[in-house]
Amino acid sequence: MSLAMLHKQEDRYLHEFSQLQADLKAHEVDWLSNIRQQAMQHYATVGLPTLKQEEWRFTNIAPIRDTNFKRAALPESLPNATALQPYSLGDIDAYQLVFINGTFTKSLSRIDELPNGVVVSTLQTAAHERPALVQAHLGRHWGAAVHGFVALNTALMQDGAFIFVPKNVVVEKPIHLLFLTTAADEHLVTYPRNLIVAEPSSQLRLIESYAGLDGVSYFTNAVTEVCLEDSAVVEHTKLQLEQSKAFHMATTQVHQARASHFHSQVLAVGGKLSRNEIFAVLNGEGCETTLNGLYFGNSAQLVDSYTCIDHRQPHCNSHELYKGILAGESRGVFNGKIVVRPEAQKTNAKQSNSCLLLSKDAIIDTKPQLEIFADDVKCTHGATVGQLDANALFYLRSRGMDLASARSLLTYAFANEVVDRMPFPPLQQKLAERIWGYLPGEHRSEGEVR
Amino acid sequence: MLEMQGVYATVGGKEILRGIDLKVKAGEVHAIMGPNGSGKSTLANVLAGRDEYEVTKGSILYKGHDLLAMAPEERACEGIFMAFQYPVEIPGVSNTYFLKAALNARRKHRGEEEVDAVDFLQLIKEKMKLLQIDEALLNRAINEGFSGGEKKRNEIFQMAVLEPTLAILDETDSGLDIDALKIVADGVNQLRADDQAIIVVTHYQRLLNYIVPDFVHVLADGRIVKSGDKDLALELEEKGYAAISARC
Repeated sequence: MSLAMLHKQEDRYLHEFSQLQADLKAHEVDWLSNIRQQAMQHYATVGLPTLKQEEWRFTNIAPIRDTNFKRAALPESLPNATALQPYSLGDIDAYQLVFINGTFTKSLSRIDELPNGVVVSTLQTAAHERPALVQAHLGRHWGAAVHGFVALNTALMQDGAFIFVPKNVVVEKPIHLLFLTTAADEHLVTYPRNLIVAEPSSQLRLIESYAGLDGVSYFTNAVTEVCLEDSAVVEHTKLQLEQSKAFHMATTQVHQARASHFHSQVLAVGGKLSRNEIFAVLNGEGCETTLNGLYFGNSAQLVDSYTCIDHRQPHCNSHELYKGILAGESRGVFNGKIVVRPEAQKTNAKQSNSCLLLSKDAIIDTKPQLEIFADDVKCTHGATVGQLDANALFYLRSRGMDLASARSLLTYAFANEVVDRMPFPPLQQKLAERIWGYLPGEHRSEGEVR
Repeated sequence: MLEMQGVYATVGGKEILRGIDLKVKAGEVHAIMGPNGSGKSTLANVLAGRDEYEVTKGSILYKGHDLLAMAPEERACEGIFMAFQYPVEIPGVSNTYFLKAALNARRKHRGEEEVDAVDFLQLIKEKMKLLQIDEALLNRAINEGFSGGEKKRNEIFQMAVLEPTLAILDETDSGLDIDALKIVADGVNQLRADDQAIIVVTHYQRLLNYIVPDFVHVLADGRIVKSGDKDLALELEEKGYAAISARC
């Protein structure tokens, strides 16, 4: 399809794009305008994903397609620090960048005293102040076909974080990006876009949180690109804590050079319809990639986790553990793709996915996909779906715990196995406490027994 | 303390216990011995209240109350403790958290306040020393990645913390080397008290060298075929189950 046809169909995103172009005309650099223009063209070609596409066959995005979302702007009054409390990192000493309705909000952020040479700014600022660096990486590392949501994010991106860590620098404190949507009106859309560049042998801990402050329907379409140069280490935590009526489509694109380590954990809790994608391209020898994830579903939520690990070079290891807990009539989708290219000998890839179904109406669609083109590799995958273990329940009861508490504890334990693997102890401990409050089903109030 | 009368029990529709009569008084140690398949573990699990074990006939009184009317957690809160033959691994919950939850469940049952954090730590430390348990083990998930011996020791450690009135050790000796066996037995012996009773379920006599029973019962084909004192265990060891069972 062409832009002209989209125009004829009165496509709402094209309309938004035209308006944005008019608004930005005066102060956006040409190369960035071109990136937007190309992305809009790409969207015109591919459209939004449909159930007919293999990668989307369990996730019907019609509710998003059929809603007329409005581009978000800053609210008249900003939320105060108390409203942010449940989503902040509490007593963990961290840099914090807060984006309200997609716009960076300085008064709620803290980015003082950065190590020498480290850049933490908004992407818009970086595009003006460091055009060469941004141009070299923004949208340059796509490892797979770009779908409509990513294309729209690129064409319509508002703002987001730009983080640059120079060679050999270790950023000790984590950097927390907090994206909040707040509105009295229904149907706002935001397009957060983050770009992270970690130079050789640098280290960074990044936490991205997404949440909404009001119980209305809205849509977050987020993209984060992470570029790890030789021997860089990046720990990435994504906390999806959107409101129950929200839509959340997010893609993290990771590009790894030689001997770099990327450790990711995703916690997906909120949203009526959500999908979190990670594409990791292992483009150098000796890379380590860990993708761990935990997803919860309640009532009629649909929560989709899509991961793709692309082994392009020899001697790389990838580890993946995704766990889900589904209650009510919720639906989970796990799609874990591992590609091992012909050059990628001595690859060691391990994937496992397990899901706990707490009600008879909950559904999980799980689909491991292994595409192996090299012959000297070790790849394993396993998927389990089940209920709480009767032996474990009896064990806990035989020590005095009542049935409800025993069920809660086992549900918690199932989830906590993922949290236990988080590499940063302060955050691990915080989440170990907080997940009590996020668990689906009837376990939400148990936390305080600790 | 415990009075079983004509207890019949089935597992998955199959009759395993066929009329058990057993009286256990406070301060006593009873050993239940028998060959594989004689119903030893079933007896232990019936007392602990496992769902799949259904009592079809007979009665069990514990401290004068109908035990069979009590849920497993009620039994536990009233002082019954079974050390599992196969302790369950539960990744994601630390031993400490679990012990605290179990201890507090009992306290709540008795209408007491939750245990104070400092007191709890002190109690744990004291009992750890008793069973020579490494502190690192406490922060690990329940039984996850434990060796067979560590699991069994952890069972007795839980017993030490929870201080039951009636402890049932289900083949606690299986899988233990001689050093671990001594540690476990020492632990159990130090927990013996006048107001407390122990039922030791075992296939072999060797644990009874260390935990000396007041009574030994031989179980065969779902019935107690012979009872005696500690010498009966030695006789069994010498002559085998077949000889004893055949004579009855």
